[in-house]
Amino acid sequence: MRNTAPHGLHVPPPKARPGEVSAFSALAIPPAGSVRCPDIAVDPRDIRDLPYELIRVLDEDHHAVGPWAPAVSPDLLRRGLRAMMLTRAYDERMLKAQRQGKTSFYVKCTGEEAVAVAQALALRADDMCFPTYRQQGLLITRGWPILDMMCQVFANTRDRLKGRQLPVMYSSREAGFFSISGNLATQTSQAVGWAMAAAYKNDPRIAATWVGDGASAEGDFHHALTFATVYQAPVVLNLVNNQWAISSFQGIAGGEKTTFAARAIGFAMPGLRVDGNDFLAVYAVTAWAAERARAGLGPTLIELFTYRASAHSTSDDPSKYRPADEAARWPLGDPIDRLKNHLIALGEWSEDRDRALQEELTQMVADTAKEAESYGTLDKGAAPSVKTMFEDVYKEMPWHLRRQRQELGV
Amino acid sequence: MPAMNMIQAVNSAMDTMLARNPDIVIFGEDVGYFGGVFRATEGLQRKYGLERTFDTPIAEAGILGVAVGMGAYGLRPVVEIQFADYIYPALDQLVSEAARLRYRSAGEFISPLTVRVPCGGGIFGGQTHSQSPEGIFTHVCGLKTVIPSNPYDAKGLLISAIEDDDPVLFFEPKRLYNGPFDGHPERPATIWANHPRGEVPEDYYAIPLGKAAIVRPGRDVTVLAYGTMVHVAEAAAAETGIDAEILDLRTLLPLDIDAVVASVSKTGRCVIVHEATRTSGFGAELAALVQEHCFYHLEAPIQRVTGWDTPYPYSLEWHYFPGPGRVGDALRKVMEA
Ligand SMILES: Cc1ncc(C[n+]2csc(CCOP(=O)(O)OP(=O)(O)O)c2C)c(N)n1
Ligand SMILES: [Mg+2]
Repeated sequence: MRNTAPHGLHVPPPKARPGEVSAFSALAIPPAGSVRCPDIAVDPRDIRDLPYELIRVLDEDHHAVGPWAPAVSPDLLRRGLRAMMLTRAYDERMLKAQRQGKTSFYVKCTGEEAVAVAQALALRADDMCFPTYRQQGLLITRGWPILDMMCQVFANTRDRLKGRQLPVMYSSREAGFFSISGNLATQTSQAVGWAMAAAYKNDPRIAATWVGDGASAEGDFHHALTFATVYQAPVVLNLVNNQWAISSFQGIAGGEKTTFAARAIGFAMPGLRVDGNDFLAVYAVTAWAAERARAGLGPTLIELFTYRASAHSTSDDPSKYRPADEAARWPLGDPIDRLKNHLIALGEWSEDRDRALQEELTQMVADTAKEAESYGTLDKGAAPSVKTMFEDVYKEMPWHLRRQRQELGV
Repeated sequence: MPAMNMIQAVNSAMDTMLARNPDIVIFGEDVGYFGGVFRATEGLQRKYGLERTFDTPIAEAGILGVAVGMGAYGLRPVVEIQFADYIYPALDQLVSEAARLRYRSAGEFISPLTVRVPCGGGIFGGQTHSQSPEGIFTHVCGLKTVIPSNPYDAKGLLISAIEDDDPVLFFEPKRLYNGPFDGHPERPATIWANHPRGEVPEDYYAIPLGKAAIVRPGRDVTVLAYGTMVHVAEAAAAETGIDAEILDLRTLLPLDIDAVVASVSKTGRCVIVHEATRTSGFGAELAALVQEHCFYHLEAPIQRVTGWDTPYPYSLEWHYFPGPGRVGDALRKVMEA
């Protein structure tokens, strides 16, 4: 007989809160190399088991194993390592600048560097990215000058966005990086639209978009899935499951009884779940999805399983809602350490080279920050001229805005 | 009476109502364990349990949709939209559903919801953490819209909103959370503990919706303001020496039209101040009403001081914000006419 007793409202709690011990031991982590790698032309119905797996390439001995191990040169891996290290050095420096009052806000991606960096390398340089605020690694990997990024963070006279946007809300058409919105998940359906346009124009470029575990609950993300599958859009839909959405664990977004990758099943698209701290696995899965999209075989949903090692932003204090040592207990390690150890295992890297590179990057970031600060910082009021405030609302300024500008006397 | 800041007052209102009525439930993004990004629901989950104050998925349309459903069942949901700037995904549930449910079912179903919405700028939040979209909601028939300007009012008005059988948008100017703000960012921040309206009873009390408050009586000109702009208007009156009568509207809809008419009929001059953009803003409605009701008393054209018709800029925030300088200019202008 079924239990028909009153059961109350189910509100899922996370495994641990402050003062408790993080129970990551309950996570099912399959060994590296254990998940099969289908052909890109596979019928999505034949890989309905994959969204429940976890694709991993780097094993405990730092070797790349299994069918997903990508054929990549040590040079590419060193590029990836450098970009991840630069991303982290950049983040540390900007955090410090925020603490010093040079800007009001900053968002780090610590622990998630492999997501943007490996994916930028697996995509082509001219594929179009529709990111969130946590994919600064895309710009850095594509070689976009960190000086330009810093000037945006400081909202100074060299800020191309004219001080209009919150720090880290970058935009770079040239780098194939769509203007970041503060409104979560809006970029996901836009990426599908861009991809549909590319298909319409027989353009070989594809689109890629990123959304957080938390933001994937927004309707926009579901619209993205629907439109992507209906029009078989050449798009890679990346869902970065870093376990937390500010203070809400991923179960609040619907990750308690299933995986986010499994969302793909209902939309008849491949869903791949990947160890997001495994640079090689992230690269391989992205390359697979990108190749599939470029071949006209349609969209793929990738869940990047990772951990937000830092605070949500500089406005956040995670010790209020999760155990302080949770990041240290994350069982999938640190993406930078893991790639470094792999390169060392290959005989393509060394502790000495690593230290030298770390020093070089820290110095470079510090020097660049100094230059950026010379163009002004938020606290020094080196903002763009006031009249720019009224520009770009429309292509041509209507009379009422001209009058308002006059009223302000600028 | 204890001193409370506006967050504590809002918290106290919800605490009071959770204790009084088991049909009240509170939910929204980060409001449960953490107590909200502004900490307005801090401690409520601990005190009343997981089922009565809980976190939701990040889906504003979903939050409002389930709130309408719960309201139809008979609960009284009090939901938080983390920032006013993020209310737009929920527009359909608010505009087409919550606002019209009573009408289309001829009263069979109602939407006794309260939607708490931190709003306004002055915190370097850029264009997606600074907006004041109240005018969008006053344009929708079936919704009530409230904006308090101090802790005492915030608690009393929030209690009335929760008890109201119609859907209420309750906007909380976040620049006022920790203290009154006169529009001078360069001055040291002030706190509510030193302000008479920072004294808030622990117990239940209600301030009726639809009643304005005269925060500064005066003879020369009426200033219609709400939220943060009430304090800015007070500063402008002090700085210009103009004897302005400042009305804190408190509820925009239903508007206290009697208070507006009485004041403007007396002073013969009117300045309207809001932080939201100007075109089709709530100030336009106020100007029309004053013109309809007080035309023969008016001695000068009505002035509006508002945010510019641009997105809220990040670094130029203080050039955008309608501060006491601009309000003072408008006061002088109506006095010269
Ligand atoms: C539409 C909308 N609702 C709410 C917010 C407030 N907000 C900003 S980030 C965030 C959490 C996002 O978490 P997740 O999607 O998991 O991304 P992460 O920060 O973990 O990278 C919230 C609730 C917002 N920016 N936009
Ligand atoms: Mg997240």
